[in-house]
Amino acid sequence: MVTKESPRILVFSTEKISDPGIDQAGLRKIHYSPTVYVISVPCSSGIKPRWVLHALQSGFDGVFIAADGHECSYSPRCPELTNDIIAECQRLMKEKEINPKRIRMAAICSVCAEPFANHMNNFTKILTELA
Amino acid sequence: MEESKKKQRIGVYICHCGGNISDHVDVKGLRDVMAGEENVIISKNVMFACADSNQKEMIRDIQDNHLDGIVVASCSPKLHLHTFRGVAERAGLNPYNYVQVNVREQCSWAHSDHPDEASLKAAGLIKAGIRRVASSEALYNIEIKAHRSVVILGAGVAGMRASIDLAKMGNQVILVEKEAVTGGNLSRKGALFPTGQKGTELVETLTRQVKNEPAITLFTNATIEKITGSIGNFQVEVAIHEKAGETLTFATGAILVTTGYEPYQPVEGELGYGKSTRVIPIDAFDQLLESKSGELQFEGKTVRRIAFVYCVGMRQTNGNNKYCSRTCCTAAIHSSLVVHEKFKGVKAFHLYRDIRTYGKNEVLYERSSKAGDIYLLYQEKEPPVIEPRGDQLLIRVKDQLTRKRELELETDLVVLVTGMVSRSDSTTVADRLKIPIGNDRFFNEIHPKLRPVETVINGIFLGGSCQGPKNITESVQSSLAAAAKINAIISKETLFLEPIVARIDPKACTWCGKCKEVCEYEAIFQVETNGKLVASVNEPVCKGCGICGPVCPYDAIDLAQFSNAEIEGMIDGFSDVVTLVQKTGTEEVTATKKTVKMMDFPSEWRSIMQSLQENPMTIPEIATSTGLEPALVTWHLMTMNKYFIVEPAGMDDSEEYYRYQLKIN
Repeated sequence: MVTKESPRILVFSTEKISDPGIDQAGLRKIHYSPTVYVISVPCSSGIKPRWVLHALQSGFDGVFIAADGHECSYSPRCPELTNDIIAECQRLMKEKEINPKRIRMAAICSVCAEPFANHMNNFTKILTELA
Repeated sequence: MEESKKKQRIGVYICHCGGNISDHVDVKGLRDVMAGEENVIISKNVMFACADSNQKEMIRDIQDNHLDGIVVASCSPKLHLHTFRGVAERAGLNPYNYVQVNVREQCSWAHSDHPDEASLKAAGLIKAGIRRVASSEALYNIEIKAHRSVVILGAGVAGMRASIDLAKMGNQVILVEKEAVTGGNLSRKGALFPTGQKGTELVETLTRQVKNEPAITLFTNATIEKITGSIGNFQVEVAIHEKAGETLTFATGAILVTTGYEPYQPVEGELGYGKSTRVIPIDAFDQLLESKSGELQFEGKTVRRIAFVYCVGMRQTNGNNKYCSRTCCTAAIHSSLVVHEKFKGVKAFHLYRDIRTYGKNEVLYERSSKAGDIYLLYQEKEPPVIEPRGDQLLIRVKDQLTRKRELELETDLVVLVTGMVSRSDSTTVADRLKIPIGNDRFFNEIHPKLRPVETVINGIFLGGSCQGPKNITESVQSSLAAAAKINAIISKETLFLEPIVARIDPKACTWCGKCKEVCEYEAIFQVETNGKLVASVNEPVCKGCGICGPVCPYDAIDLAQFSNAEIEGMIDGFSDVVTLVQKTGTEEVTATKKTVKMMDFPSEWRSIMQSLQENPMTIPEIATSTGLEPALVTWHLMTMNKYFIVEPAGMDDSEEYYRYQLKIN
């Protein structure tokens, strides 16, 4: 059951591919926790670790990166570069004694409405257990 | 990048979307909360933010109140980002001082099961939008000078024809051909329908025109090695293979790809290919026809009976080539007619799966049938079996039109009617140009119907059969369409590009080179400022991905519109505490529904209603009639259905789509 006390999740999503997938979840009334907030960026490899840290230190319980994976139109190295960013985030999180499980990533495609909702439900569960 | 002054006079517009948002989200409560936010001058509810009447009101608000930033909380930016950028621009506000907040797809619809929580989330989203707009910068399109020159890859019929027109329109053309001679596949064709002119003659005429045109520089035995830059100013490196190791670099405004196709090469054993030298592909057969006169002979023996086998390597249910090559039926029938014209007493059998002599080519099919050609229909799962018997070939085929009886034919020659496949070097070309390839391995356009000659890379165009099977007419049509588009762009002296690019703070930068290393577009280079080596961005080349940002150890790089202040401001906005008086009930929405005027409807609604005046229509039909994207029609139609403006009116004849009709007038 979703409540106002549900874990707060910040999603970084890609404008061209993941955003349409997340929009489609809404269009099809596939529900997920209303404490999920989305910021769109051009590419998941452009997310700065300081933004992730800022979110985790200002009331967010988890950060989810909705990436393009190999579909990224900017760089064939995108999956590898996004992984590096997550590794760096986790290193910084450890320093601040934040559980590294609080950051997750998955490829969300432009029609991945159900997978997105499932990821949110799953992450909500994980974060509830961590609390 | 300089710390820009925070915006002081912000306008906030919260859309009902006719109930799509206001049924689940407390838009009135939100309006009151946002009115109390710092630097917010105006906070309003609107029935439809995208309606013309509201757009006009927003322009008045911006001008009368000297607003320096606006936030529109309505649908996904995919729908109306450009609508409201236009509103800002018309009101004299920089379009990048406007922020779109998605409270429909990502809030009211996604959380219609929890309206109270949805309202709280919407509050966070809008507060984030206000903080983002407060930190937003005015951005200006990047102006670039366009080179009036074009690099064309491939000097086949499409490339040569386009280069002649582009030259006549006043452009310099660099025509790059991989082979030693021009003409490509056309130079291997004999007499062509309907003029009877030979392929070789056409190639000669075009080559002469190309060579006589001073604005065209032709390089044969040459390939493109590397491409950098962007529309208006590409740098194309061309390797000249005749002079080993020599490469030339050309600055060019646009690139046209006319690399053409390769004929399908039958595999060993496919329909008797390789088992007998008397099984030949149609290209070889056409050349045989060209070289003989009087009597048709092959390997010293007179040819009296020929079998053409169609769809070789094409329309494969299980193979990679799912598509129909569309030109080969006509080519085979045409060759058969050439046989009858040139040589007496030759009998032709056509073993086909379907005959697709579309358009004027149908005349050929009729002529061939009248000439006594015999057509036998075979199925893909039971292809003809072809084996050598003495110096002849024995064909066994199940004819679907004579009660699937197996027939035996003896012929002197079997002609495999092969179609077109993508060139084996197409992946190399695609990698160098960064243009996408489809499942059929031909190059992909942006939109098959509405933008058929453009690629996703601005400034790179497609012409001819590198895009998919085309006949000569169609190849030339597409390459000339591309030529006209290219000229329309590069003949303007200046081009404007979106200003979403990376910016480097020279004070923080120490030139470690990490940003340059990750940039796929070579947009980052080294410069010296105040005696210090720092990174700099070549703005027209930057694609605005922001990948260089996180790798910088000194956080010296920001992407325009995605600065730390903007993103962290949004995060703070999400987390800000909000108190909304929770209330349920939709009586207010019901009240407004009755008084809503036609003028308040979004323009899309009006055009959908217009198209439904006469007859009920399906979504694809409405999309065609209104010119809107089908997804957009679906979106709006579902809302219109919900609010009793339209209603379903049964399925269409193919039982694939629902029809919709007007419920109100």
